[in-house]
Amino acid sequence: MLKGSSIGLCVGALLSLGTAHAEITDGVVRIGVLNDQSGIYAGLSGPGSIWAARKAVEDFQPEKHGLKVEVVAADHQNKPDIGSSIARKWIDVDKVDMIVDVPTSSVILAVNQVVQEKNKVMIVSGGGTADLTGAACTPNSIHWTYDTWALANATGKAVVKTGGDSWYFLTADYAFGHALERDTEAVVLKNGGKVLGRIRHPFPGTDFSSFLLQAQASRAKIIGLANAGGDTINAIKQAAEFGITQGGQNLAGLLVFMSDVQALGLNAAQGLILTEAWYWDMTDENRKFAQAFTAANRGAFPTSAQAGVYSAVTHYLKTVATQKEDGDGAKVVAAMKATPTDDPLFGKGTIRADGRKIHPLYLFEVKKPSESKKPGDFYKLRATIPAEEAFRPLEDGGCPLVKK
Amino acid sequence: MTEIFGFPIQALMGQLVLGLVNGSFYAMLSIGLSVIFGMLNIINFAHGAFYMIGAFLAWMGLYYWGISYWWSLILVPLAVALIGIAVERTLLQWIYKLDHLYGLLLTFGIALVIEGMFRHWFGVAGQPFDVPEGLTGGFNLGFMFLPKYRAWVIAASLTVCVGTWFVIEKTRLGSYLRAATENPKLTQAFGINVPIMVMLIYGLGVGLAGFAGVLAAPVLQVSPLMGSNMIIVVFAVVVIGGMGSIVGSIATGLMLGVVEAIPKVFYPEISSTMVFIIMAIVLLLRPAGLFGKER
Amino acid sequence: MTDTPVTFDRFTVNRVRILALLALAMAAPFVTYPVLGMTVLCFGLFACSFNLLLGYTGLLSFGHAAFLGTAAYVTAHALKVWELPTLPSLALGAGAAALLGAVFGLIATRRHGIYFAMVTLALAQMMFFVFLKAPFTGGEDGLQGVPRGSLFGLIDLSDDTTLYYVVLTIVVFGLWVIHRAIHSPFGEILKAIRENEARVTSLGYDVARYKLLAFVLSAGLAGLAGATKVLVFKFATLADVHWHVSGEVVLMTLLGGVGTVIGPMLGAAVVVVLQNELADKVGSFVTIIIGVIFILCVLTFRRGIAGELNDLRRRVLGDARSGSADG
Repeated sequence: MLKGSSIGLCVGALLSLGTAHAEITDGVVRIGVLNDQSGIYAGLSGPGSIWAARKAVEDFQPEKHGLKVEVVAADHQNKPDIGSSIARKWIDVDKVDMIVDVPTSSVILAVNQVVQEKNKVMIVSGGGTADLTGAACTPNSIHWTYDTWALANATGKAVVKTGGDSWYFLTADYAFGHALERDTEAVVLKNGGKVLGRIRHPFPGTDFSSFLLQAQASRAKIIGLANAGGDTINAIKQAAEFGITQGGQNLAGLLVFMSDVQALGLNAAQGLILTEAWYWDMTDENRKFAQAFTAANRGAFPTSAQAGVYSAVTHYLKTVATQKEDGDGAKVVAAMKATPTDDPLFGKGTIRADGRKIHPLYLFEVKKPSESKKPGDFYKLRATIPAEEAFRPLEDGGCPLVKK
Repeated sequence: MTEIFGFPIQALMGQLVLGLVNGSFYAMLSIGLSVIFGMLNIINFAHGAFYMIGAFLAWMGLYYWGISYWWSLILVPLAVALIGIAVERTLLQWIYKLDHLYGLLLTFGIALVIEGMFRHWFGVAGQPFDVPEGLTGGFNLGFMFLPKYRAWVIAASLTVCVGTWFVIEKTRLGSYLRAATENPKLTQAFGINVPIMVMLIYGLGVGLAGFAGVLAAPVLQVSPLMGSNMIIVVFAVVVIGGMGSIVGSIATGLMLGVVEAIPKVFYPEISSTMVFIIMAIVLLLRPAGLFGKER
Repeated sequence: MTDTPVTFDRFTVNRVRILALLALAMAAPFVTYPVLGMTVLCFGLFACSFNLLLGYTGLLSFGHAAFLGTAAYVTAHALKVWELPTLPSLALGAGAAALLGAVFGLIATRRHGIYFAMVTLALAQMMFFVFLKAPFTGGEDGLQGVPRGSLFGLIDLSDDTTLYYVVLTIVVFGLWVIHRAIHSPFGEILKAIRENEARVTSLGYDVARYKLLAFVLSAGLAGLAGATKVLVFKFATLADVHWHVSGEVVLMTLLGGVGTVIGPMLGAAVVVVLQNELADKVGSFVTIIIGVIFILCVLTFRRGIAGELNDLRRRVLGDARSGSADG
């Protein structure tokens, strides 16, 4: 099922191989989807991202552009050494030209080094470390869907503006948790809110009741969940049990995906405020994509990260087709940055010098069970954060590419 | 208001009650682990996997077959026990005479396979499971809000723990079970079918884990990873309590839940490491654990 | 048990076997991918060091990840922040692991069997916490972008194939140390402790000291493996200190053959190749496959690959040619 398969092989492409497109190394554009296939991030990326990448290739119709495209995929098991050696092998042996998705910050940073060293392309969708467009940015990487800074900023600002001005953080005691907390706190303070306290909990954790009780006692209006995956799910489930929301406090999920809400059910998740870059029920194109997606993925709805993979692969293929080039990664990335993006799911957008893809973000509230009209009808839109405000200002990231 | 280290005593009370809830889960899981070790000499690393199966079966029962939580509470442990017995008959029974290490490794492999299959079928994001009707809401204890469901968890698990202890230590069946494991040849000579006894013990042990899984389903994420997140802590509980000691497991489980609650207030980061610190200290001072007998 | 000609045969067989394996290892970069080869070598050394305890002293450590990880962090820090040359950084990493091993060993060797394993697990979990909180480790993101440096300022290590031979040399050195240790009087005492601790005590040996020495040696070599791994991957992360790694090394050793010198290396090769090669072929089945291997291993071939091969050879009886088939 997950075998590397060739898509879009046709007679026309075959005939043109080797002569007309000598710049395409070995005649094939190979895309490697590197993510977590069965661990904690498999829900938000995993097999769904592979499907999205294949779908993007199919919709792009490579044969019309005289390209032959292959998609391969691998499970990095959330271990940086496995991720890094797969990336090396892919590039050196299997002639992979672009690596996409990559959840888990430690793996992103490890693969980032490899891709830069070998001058290929990495487009991150499933992962969130804002360092990728900051200190660790390279001419070979693009950060597509979201990052921790953007989510923290969007949720923090919007919540404070709608009256949630006192916060208490439940933070995973891991680098991504600290980053989410730090960035949210900054925006809360800047917008006149205050932070009443914080708890750093072990990662992964199971029992959050003790922490929730302390958060409850703080009387903060908003409990910010600076954690991810199973931890967020457990925290929300237990918050419902302890009557946190009935008590007048609200939960803000700083890193929550569609897959998490689906796992929680609306009963437990209702009222949760979160930010995502994409939601399936917003446009007809999105709905069409989601319909195909759910049919192929056992009823799961696409997450923003998976849609991001589609969008990223589409833009990459467009660039490769116009540039007739896939070997020189930095050159491809430069061309991708120079061309505005436009695809069915994310619409029009741009990529900044530091590799940050720019698009609007959306603040959602999870619906009550009574408001949900159909499967997957989970979110109501509370605010749209315009593209120019959504991401960290270029000059604040400290990306070496920008200083030049 | 009275305070301890600048922390209001009432809030601390609340934390201790919550600790007791966690302790109930530890106790229920470690009791099975302990019984299996004490009687089969197997360190059952797959225990967490059976706990996870319990939670999943409860979820599947509710969503596919419309079996209510209350029926699950009875049916699921039985189903898990059957699965356990199948595993015992096909795999475990061949290694009883070998070193502990092999039992540990074999059950570790079994845990990987079970977890892997659930990951493959259901993904890891988890499944929704709501608190059953009748146990929603909670009690206001003055110093804290105690959800009804948590109170139920304490009550149910204590009942089960005490029941298990009673069956094994005080009944005729229990004395057969103990005899079958302490001196199998002699027991066999008395006309008791030892392999069946051993099989029943394994079924009982993992059935308890399944029961804990059903109890956990409404409050914890029902995910294939829930077992492996838990097993290593429960393991430590058993070792601290003294391997093979039932009373030790119950008491240590509850105590550890409570002791863990304290760092959760003062230094939450260390709370999950706490159990290992306690384990190291206990093993150095009392080599066979708090309630164990030196062999 | 064995008469003289067979012993002589075994001696030559071993020679041939070692040379064949070495030749295979030398040729590996031309056949397979060097990074994969280096990963196998690093984990192989790690498993062999672990086996020094389990296979030859009868001690099951469930905390060996702590040594791998500590050495990795120290080496990475030395290379990246202190900008020390490569070899001293490696030595520093291995030294730190040995030192930690002395501390662990002093505490853990007071206990036996499963309790020994539990104490090592507890201590390793504490180290995990220390590394999680320590400011210099970069949390779970780890220390990234560690330079490989050069050998004596002459040989640049950035090329994978060059590095492969350096790693091979380091690992062969590590294996040689293990080999020497096992075949020395010290090793004989370790094996005697494994078989019957009380008897060794009654013969007047200080068992505790021998166990501690074995533990320190094992920790130091595990550290050498961890330090070398940093050179290969250019980072050190929290994944190295996780208890899963301590579990994996048990699998590698068991699979390869407990108590054989080269077995754990073979076991490591199988596990690493499975993890890396299956990653893009079977997706989420990796865990299941590894679990099944575990089960089969315990149920059917407890002597591991090397053990079963030895057995096969013994059955073919002293035939030198069958020995070289081991590679």
